[in-house]
Amino acid sequence: MTPTRERSPAPAPYRPPAHVTGRRLAGRFARYLLLLVVLVVLIGPFAWQLSTSLKGLTEDIFSYPPDLWPDEPTLRNYARAADTVPVWRYGLNSLAVALGSALSNCLFGAMAGYALARMRFRGSKMVFAAFLGTMIIPFEVIMVSVYLTSRSLGLVDTLLGVALPTAVTGLSVLLCRNGFRNLPMEVEEAAMLDGANEWQRFWRVAMPSVRGTLSVVAIFSFVFAWDDFLWPLIVLSSPDNYTLTVGIQYLSGTFTSDQRVIAAGTMIAVLPLLALFFALQKFFFRGVGEGAVKG
Amino acid sequence: MIGRRPAIPWLFVAPALLVALVFSLGPFVNTVVLAFTNASTLGGGTFTGLDNFARLAEDQKFWHALGNTALYVLLCVPAMVVLPLLLALLVQKKIFAVGIFRALFYSPVVASMVVVGLIWSWLLSSDGLVNAALRGLNVISEPLPFLTDADLLLLSAVGVTVWKGLGYYMVVYLAALADVPREHHEAAQVDGAGLLRRFWSVTVPAIRPTMVLVATLSAVASAKVFAEIYVLSNGSAGPGGQAASIVYYIREAGLGLNGESGYASALSLVLFVATLGFSLLITRLNRQEDRS
Repeated sequence: MTPTRERSPAPAPYRPPAHVTGRRLAGRFARYLLLLVVLVVLIGPFAWQLSTSLKGLTEDIFSYPPDLWPDEPTLRNYARAADTVPVWRYGLNSLAVALGSALSNCLFGAMAGYALARMRFRGSKMVFAAFLGTMIIPFEVIMVSVYLTSRSLGLVDTLLGVALPTAVTGLSVLLCRNGFRNLPMEVEEAAMLDGANEWQRFWRVAMPSVRGTLSVVAIFSFVFAWDDFLWPLIVLSSPDNYTLTVGIQYLSGTFTSDQRVIAAGTMIAVLPLLALFFALQKFFFRGVGEGAVKG
Repeated sequence: MIGRRPAIPWLFVAPALLVALVFSLGPFVNTVVLAFTNASTLGGGTFTGLDNFARLAEDQKFWHALGNTALYVLLCVPAMVVLPLLLALLVQKKIFAVGIFRALFYSPVVASMVVVGLIWSWLLSSDGLVNAALRGLNVISEPLPFLTDADLLLLSAVGVTVWKGLGYYMVVYLAALADVPREHHEAAQVDGAGLLRRFWSVTVPAIRPTMVLVATLSAVASAKVFAEIYVLSNGSAGPGGQAASIVYYIREAGLGLNGESGYASALSLVLFVATLGFSLLITRLNRQEDRS
């Protein structure tokens, strides 16, 4: 993802005159200054929210100039958020939906992708077109009908109902198909000669070779499911079944106007994801490249 | 290649195909059908021809929501094409700690729109930090109603969309910038072209296809705006629902206990045509690009 530039060995090293290096130094300084300004704009709001969530009841959160350091940092607001709504339960609901979505996108996306990449069968072009078709239909366009379908299947107000519509997306199938297509055929052919059947070739030979693609699919499915708001808002009706996004909106919209408690709720929803992101950055960036170009 | 047992490939694609048919393609066909009926969420519904579309043409709320959405797209797209490009140029050079900056700039992308919306609700509220800062700088004497005035609410939502999307398109641009041949820059530099000149005559032409891609992606995304407006207004879409978007109106009209599925499906088709139009535009523009 990151551009690697070869430093060509210069036969006759060019030495810039002093005023040029001076300008270069000033340029670098300006660049870091700009980077810091952008950092304050993009990270500052998170920091402010985290700080608000840690401030005690007696501490003034409206003071100006703002005080980023809490005087006496406390976790009481997190406990208060949990007393107001079952926020830990929402967390478990979100985790269940996100993990389930990641697993099913990987498994079923890979199965379909493998068939499309490696098997010749009548109708394969139509199947492929069907998956591409799902990618140009925005969910927002069909949500009314998806709701009606889910209701007739008895999925309304269940976590399964939250997860099923995105259990295997066209994008997951497409990414897996491309991953398998980029593998050399030889290994699978050798396995075929050894008498391995389709499933064994898929599961034991091909799958381990596309781990990178599967990581991208898993991470994107997980994050999408964890962050999604519109569909859970539509399909869930009893507060006990809420996922975190719907749950913290419920907390802030219905129960409290205390920004400390709302801030604690938002931190519970976002900190696990930020941790995941910083641990697995390269897959996130790789996914943007593959998803943006083909999506 | 395998072809002896024809059922096997179908077993492999079956789960994914089933989900695609039941939760995407089927509902799409259903949406098209329902758009010509007076069905409600309670069921029933008879064929009513173009009635829904005639009603839609007269529906003030629809036109208002469509206008809001169009404005949203018009404000978001230029910002999304330009700002992340500048950001990408800023973090493109491999200087010390730039990787950390890139990762940090991306973090708003990872967060849910609900989290981001609630964070900004607090920052933009009447006693929030933004108003406090503006008052502290003596720019204003009374707090600005960022969240309670319909127009300002829309503008705030645009700001939040752009703020959250910057990092995503920055990464898209970084990939494109990495493919711009370095020799072009060097040649221009030898010719004495300055930084701005090189940006206009080397960088921009080289990454124009990516700019078109970003414009399309952000146009489709902002045409579907919902969560920003919903969260910033605490579910109300501003006073009297005046800041409602198309998706907001579809949900309001078509879901809930006595939702009008038929009418909402007609609204949905309008949204579909709009997003499809944006997507077709990109293929069209890219083709022209190739020809020239």
